[in-house]
Amino acid sequence: MVAVQPRRLLWRLAEVVDVVPETSRTKSLVLEVPGWERHKAGQHVDLRLTAEDGYQAQRSYSIASAPEDERLVLTVDRLDDGEVSPYLTDVLMAGDKLELRGPIGGYFAWEAKDGCPLLLVAGGSGVVPLMAMIRHRAAVGSDMPTRLLYSSRSFEEIIYREELETLAARDGSLEVIHTLTRSRPKGWGGYDRRIDAGMLEEVSWSPDESPLAFVCGPTPLVESVGTTLVSLGHDPAHVKTERFGATGG
Amino acid sequence: MDEHRLDGNAAAGSLGEVFSFEVTTAEYACGGCGRTGRLGGAMVYEVRELGIIVRCPSCDHALIRMSHNRRRYLVDLRGTRYLTTGG
Repeated sequence: MVAVQPRRLLWRLAEVVDVVPETSRTKSLVLEVPGWERHKAGQHVDLRLTAEDGYQAQRSYSIASAPEDERLVLTVDRLDDGEVSPYLTDVLMAGDKLELRGPIGGYFAWEAKDGCPLLLVAGGSGVVPLMAMIRHRAAVGSDMPTRLLYSSRSFEEIIYREELETLAARDGSLEVIHTLTRSRPKGWGGYDRRIDAGMLEEVSWSPDESPLAFVCGPTPLVESVGTTLVSLGHDPAHVKTERFGATGG
Repeated sequence: MDEHRLDGNAAAGSLGEVFSFEVTTAEYACGGCGRTGRLGGAMVYEVRELGIIVRCPSCDHALIRMSHNRRRYLVDLRGTRYLTTGG
């Protein structure tokens, strides 16, 4: 009668295989998870840290790797006053163990067979689950027209910049459009402001083409982009959002 | 109170401790304004150590309140007219 999810999410122990710096603030954790079942691009995991006194802190992190990839990769943004992210980015090393449960979430998830042109809109580390979609798309050889509109504060803070360039260069159906909101390199020819209605209208397909939009980033960006896409005539059921609030990192 | 704003997607792991269906794709109808939407698109406030409150993104009405203490859960669904799953 209902789509029953009979399995209970169990906490399990993952091993850190590698920690890869992406930008000065973000690192990718490459994990080996015994018994990991295939995730969908866009899903996340919960991580749980336990202090010596038994205090536990739990946070959600988006999966960056494609379902087809051999290892599970999470990309973590370091929040200076965070309880969890500084540990993950500064202390954690290969060989360490992490408590994890997932994959979680079916709403903000995409599979190549879902069809529809893809409009991906990211702010900062909101690009992580969208990168999983782009990597999935590449892994299965999908030529689904896809546009990523990606807002970063500066050129240096663009996560996965080189990989995105490489993927877009060899795949004519993938377009990556950057906007830099705080500082720009000399001669920058791209957008130089926060994402607004004009930019969305220029970048997105017309609502007639029924694109599927995934929007992920800080709460104000997600609220504003989601509302604007709907006001431009996009079907609200085709605009999926994931917010990174002040989660305490 | 130490409230942290999260997303319906981020709360799926915690809500999944009590609901057996996929919560992010479940559709709610808000008891406050009548808006319908997927729980994955709703707002969530996590009250540290105590539990979470899922709020309607339109009117801020509390759709679901869930608190937990060790392995005991309390779920208050007064603010939701209905939940449908399987879509």
